[in-house]
Amino acid sequence: MSPSPTDAPPALADPTDGVAVLEPRAGTAAYGIPLAVLAELTHRCPLQCPYCSNPLELERAGAELTTAEWQRVMSELAELGVLQLHLSGGEPTARRDLVELVRHANRVGLYTNLITSAVLLDRNALAALADAGLCHIQISFQGSVPDAADRVAGLNGAHAKKIAAARLARDLDLPLTVNAVIHRQNIDQLPDIIDMAVDLDADRLEVANVQYYGWALKNRAALMPTPAQVETAVAIVEAARERLAGTLVIDHVIPDYYAVRPKKCMGGWGRQFFNISPSGKILPCHAAETITGLHFDSVRGNRSIAWIWQHSEALNRFRGTDWMPEPCQSCAYREIDYGGCRCQAFALTGDAANTDPACTLSPLHERLFATAEHEATEGTADFVYRNFSGGTAAGGGRRR
Amino acid sequence: MTPARPRRIRVNGDTRPQLPRHARLRFDGTRQAWVLLVPERVLAPDDIAVDILKLCDGARRVDDIVDTLAAKYAAPRATIDADVVALLQDLADKGFVVAARDTAE
Repeated sequence: MSPSPTDAPPALADPTDGVAVLEPRAGTAAYGIPLAVLAELTHRCPLQCPYCSNPLELERAGAELTTAEWQRVMSELAELGVLQLHLSGGEPTARRDLVELVRHANRVGLYTNLITSAVLLDRNALAALADAGLCHIQISFQGSVPDAADRVAGLNGAHAKKIAAARLARDLDLPLTVNAVIHRQNIDQLPDIIDMAVDLDADRLEVANVQYYGWALKNRAALMPTPAQVETAVAIVEAARERLAGTLVIDHVIPDYYAVRPKKCMGGWGRQFFNISPSGKILPCHAAETITGLHFDSVRGNRSIAWIWQHSEALNRFRGTDWMPEPCQSCAYREIDYGGCRCQAFALTGDAANTDPACTLSPLHERLFATAEHEATEGTADFVYRNFSGGTAAGGGRRR
Repeated sequence: MTPARPRRIRVNGDTRPQLPRHARLRFDGTRQAWVLLVPERVLAPDDIAVDILKLCDGARRVDDIVDTLAAKYAAPRATIDADVVALLQDLADKGFVVAARDTAE
């Protein structure tokens, strides 16, 4: 998912349209009032996607925050000035108290977005969520070809259930985003995926190329598309945007290994967004625990969330630009992309403060590009599936 | 099976605009500013946009909204009309404004 929150105060509206996207003002403080929070309600999930964004070490059900704890957290978030709450996981609908949590979030004024695989949702469950005030639902798809999609999800029948749930959601007038996670083994389905989103009456389609952390990094050789595939996909999305203007909004996230500039990860570390893990740890993003040596505060401690947001050692570690070594420190883009992604820098260079190798200014960029290109053409099609025992290898059919 | 939903609405004087469920206009006390909450984004409407959006209740027609604002701002009706239609059309294209149907919902 790609929340795009920013810190306050609101930027001046664009005089041509009167409604500007809230963006942080350049050169202001290193962080502001967080606009959005990703609540990972649980790491339990009936799917086993090999690119799961959860950490390799999943948190067990017994460690999860209780209903009352999440409700207290939501009230604190609203008081702090958070406006949007993304309910995610794992699979958030695996929480039996989800309706109660949505109702509470709505009551305290948070805009709720459910990020779900939808395989556990039937009409009653969806109707209850809609009644509780759910504002928007985002359903992930593994492709448009049922068998191939089910193989990626590691669950037979998953695709058909998603299609059914998406139609039910629209029947209930819930606005729908189709989130299509894209990689080498399904990128050629993109035209069909776009048609599927239109057929499902989705408002938005996210064409989200896999980002390579945790499970996805483990499966990178099976997932990385070729540069030619990525180029074709860009052209397909551009044509579809034009054709479907006013019907379907398409957001496209390309794999950053092939980018020139790194992504402005999370809008900047600890700048406008944070993540809460199932057990209550406050993280700058869902992958931050992959960086060793950082201490993350928990909502279960005796500090308020507002205190943690201001004083957390982990959040302050990479805020602003003072921490940057060269080539970032003197770079003209340092406040544009904040040096890219800290988790990727750590995973690929061993030092989270290094320039993200996705950036062409990183000494490692060329090697990274070559590795990606090599894996895209020579890599296996076999996946290591995500689960609580650290991953299960399973045959995945032909090499391609 | 695909539910019929008005797409690509053309905003004109008779349109009765309203905000759909996923677009919520509210005053944010922390930031002391109006915000329009939509999926994955927070929009910051300017004062005029807020005035327009507050009148999008599904009952008033665009012409009524223009009349109200022309009186409030003591501005030429044609200018206000152009601004209101442009703003609402832009938001409608993005799915953040819909037209109320004729029949009671």
